[in-house]
Amino acid sequence: MSAVTAEHDHDEHHDHGPEKGFLRWIVTTNHKDIGTLYLFFALAMFFVGGTMALIIRAELFEPGMQFVTPQFFNSMTTMHALVMVFGAVMPAFVGFANWLIPMMIGAPDMALPRMNNMSFWMLVAGVMMLASTLFMEGGAPASGWTLYPPLVLQTGAALPFAIFSVHLLGISSIMGAINIIATIFNMRAPKMTLMKMPLFVWTWLITAFLLIAIMPVFAGAVTMLLTDRFFDTSFFDAAGGGDPVLYQHIFWFFGHPEVYVMILPTFGIASTIIPVFARKALFGYSSMVYATAAIAFLSFIVWAHHMFTVGMPLSGELYFMYATMLIAIPTGVKIFNWTATMWRGSMTFETPMLFSIAFVVLFTLGGFTGLMMALAPIDFQYHDTYFIVAHFHYTLVPASVFILMAGGYFWLPKWTGNMYDERLGQLHFWLSAVSVNILFFPQHFLGLAGMPRRIPDYAVQFSDWNMVSSIGAFIFGFSQLMFVYIVVKTIKGGTGEKVTDEVWEGAAQHSLEWTLPSPVPYHTFATPPENIPTEHY
Amino acid sequence: MMSTQDAYYIPHKATWPIAATLGLLTSLAGFANYLNGNAAGSTFMLIGLGIFILMLAGWFTMQATESETGMYNRGVGISYRMGMMWFIFSEIMFFAVFFGTLWYTRNLSVDWLAGIGEGPGRSSGLLWPSFEAVWPTNGPGNVGGEYEPMGAFGLPLLNTLLLLTSGVTCTWAHHGLLANNRSQLIKGLAATVGLGFLFVGFQALEYMEAYHDMGLTLGSGIYGSTFFMLTGFHGFHVCVGAIILSVVLFRSWKGHFTPENHFAFEAAAWYWHFVDVVWLGLFIFVYMM
Ligand code: HEM
Ligand SMILES: [Cu+2]
Repeated sequence: MSAVTAEHDHDEHHDHGPEKGFLRWIVTTNHKDIGTLYLFFALAMFFVGGTMALIIRAELFEPGMQFVTPQFFNSMTTMHALVMVFGAVMPAFVGFANWLIPMMIGAPDMALPRMNNMSFWMLVAGVMMLASTLFMEGGAPASGWTLYPPLVLQTGAALPFAIFSVHLLGISSIMGAINIIATIFNMRAPKMTLMKMPLFVWTWLITAFLLIAIMPVFAGAVTMLLTDRFFDTSFFDAAGGGDPVLYQHIFWFFGHPEVYVMILPTFGIASTIIPVFARKALFGYSSMVYATAAIAFLSFIVWAHHMFTVGMPLSGELYFMYATMLIAIPTGVKIFNWTATMWRGSMTFETPMLFSIAFVVLFTLGGFTGLMMALAPIDFQYHDTYFIVAHFHYTLVPASVFILMAGGYFWLPKWTGNMYDERLGQLHFWLSAVSVNILFFPQHFLGLAGMPRRIPDYAVQFSDWNMVSSIGAFIFGFSQLMFVYIVVKTIKGGTGEKVTDEVWEGAAQHSLEWTLPSPVPYHTFATPPENIPTEHY
Repeated sequence: MMSTQDAYYIPHKATWPIAATLGLLTSLAGFANYLNGNAAGSTFMLIGLGIFILMLAGWFTMQATESETGMYNRGVGISYRMGMMWFIFSEIMFFAVFFGTLWYTRNLSVDWLAGIGEGPGRSSGLLWPSFEAVWPTNGPGNVGGEYEPMGAFGLPLLNTLLLLTSGVTCTWAHHGLLANNRSQLIKGLAATVGLGFLFVGFQALEYMEAYHDMGLTLGSGIYGSTFFMLTGFHGFHVCVGAIILSVVLFRSWKGHFTPENHFAFEAAAWYWHFVDVVWLGLFIFVYMM
């Protein structure tokens, strides 16, 4: 299979480089351009969401009401979560997918390049619509990102906008996911068999399946919110025979797989980086693939562990408790494999590796607290406290976000041809790794002591740890500015040192993108590669 | 230059997606404003819809031209087919939400409201002592007032027969296409489109009856909500499917498609069968049971 890159009604014989000028970024169908768009958009949203988080932490620095109204505080917790999940973490992984999947499987581009462009713009539209709610009468939604009725139905003018933004984000995600599946199944180089694919490709294949299965479910749930509010339906209203708990079931049928949408590509990148710096093959390649698939399957049948306290029949409580505990098994397999990959490797500790090792350690912590809350009787106490806030932030910040940073440092030299400043990178790592623990570790104590989540004021006994947590938050937040500085500097020429094609010693034995020139040309693998790296399995 | 048979066609730039996004964003923002009681809302909604429809026409014309000038090879065809299959899967999940809602309310939460069952049931029984768990119901609050439930054996049965027949005519058209029999293709498609729109017409009639004579509305408690949500979204999909098939009919009449190259026809047919199967589910779970 080879590729042509013509536009039939366009001047036929130019060199197929990028469109000139600003328009390039609007009409592009090139997977690298679109990947770049996704990544910059995600980075920008990371700071928007981060600012909201700092507003939350500033208010919680001391007991009492300092800066914001309770209503606005609740809007912040809601919008922070929605922006981070749908605007930052998911798009960042789609950005990596766009850049890397075609190169990793030896394809000329994504399978459906026009739709690829549309996925990105639908994302921008969705996030814009969501952000617009901040300026509306009655404020942005303040119900928490889960949008539970009946509370969410009290939202002011913002409600229909928030709902339609979910629809737009859903359209964007579904189109992106369809594209990824079609690319992986249909565009692989002939010799790239499924079990030779880098794990990042595997994890995205499974993530894409999750996305197509769950985004319509979320769309359906919010559609029912819309009709309940504006068209007299009674889906979530007991007076009409409906049930507000039904919303929670539907939401979490989406919501639990959704958290795996954010963690599976994380696993993929970690499994790509660790072997390179351990200078070994990934330990247990096929078990990694099966564990990923098992986690994805289990993610569909455990949703009500978010609802232990809502009032379910005892059989439900027990079933969801045991099913949830099962997830620890494939997750444990993965952690074992990463550790075994490092075992007796000749390791070096460049920035990507540092972030990856921190991920293995700190994600394990988040997994353990998850396991604690999987126990229904124990969760009766932890539910809706800061303990769960600590849990999911450990699985998201020092896991997903750290790995996104690791991926940035890992591939940026490949993409730009320039080396980042290793000293600054390490400083960024240590600042992040220390402050993230100052930020989130005390939240375990707060939760165990009974401090509720999503609350702008608290009893004085919680003061000390809140103060510590807020200090950590500000250090963490401002440290991330370093990342922007390093990225911009690298794009502009970096340390001046030109990187080799392989960039990292031995990387070309792990994955195809390292066999290409640095920086990578605008179009790659117009003809499929003959040799498939086999180090990773 | 793009003619080599084994080359995967990669477009150089795309201008329709941004139009699609602007159209959808404008119409949704307009709709949201309309819902908030803002007078200008509906105007924006129509403008956005207009942009969206123009976009669809432009984009699909471009695709059709590219396809007819032989720019797509087998690989591109496979990508498109995969895209369509997974799109239909997402639609299945969307309908699953509403079927799931019907199942959950009928079998679990209505009982709990009436105090039946362990767990939640025990306390709700005290709240609504006189409420009895029967289906259909508009809840303990008698929300929406008295209504008559929709029977299965009038228009709905007729519609079932119409839709099933249209599935057959669609397949017949496909056989015509594969055998290079254009008149069979066109006749089969015309019949399918006709039956599709007839279905929509009868459903409109059914809705009118429900609203005017039976007191059954979207506001008739959980029964009215699930009834109209499920049948309404399905009816919308029938409309979309029939419009897609009309475009395919028009293209067939213009001489497009060959036995080897007819992705648009296949995609439309798959979609149609999907809509057909959803209706069977509706007929059984919404109307008959
Ligand atoms: C070992 C695997 C895991 C287990 C057993 C687990 C278990 C749980 C349980 C039981 C809860 C509900 C707590 C409550 O509401 O009382 C929960 C909440 C949560 N988990 Fe996990 N979890 C795991 C991994 C993850 C991962 C990998 C992520 C994300 C990347 C994640 C993100 C979340 C989020 C966001 C919430 C809170 C949702 C909310 O109420 O807003 N979890 N987890
Ligand atoms: Cu969960």
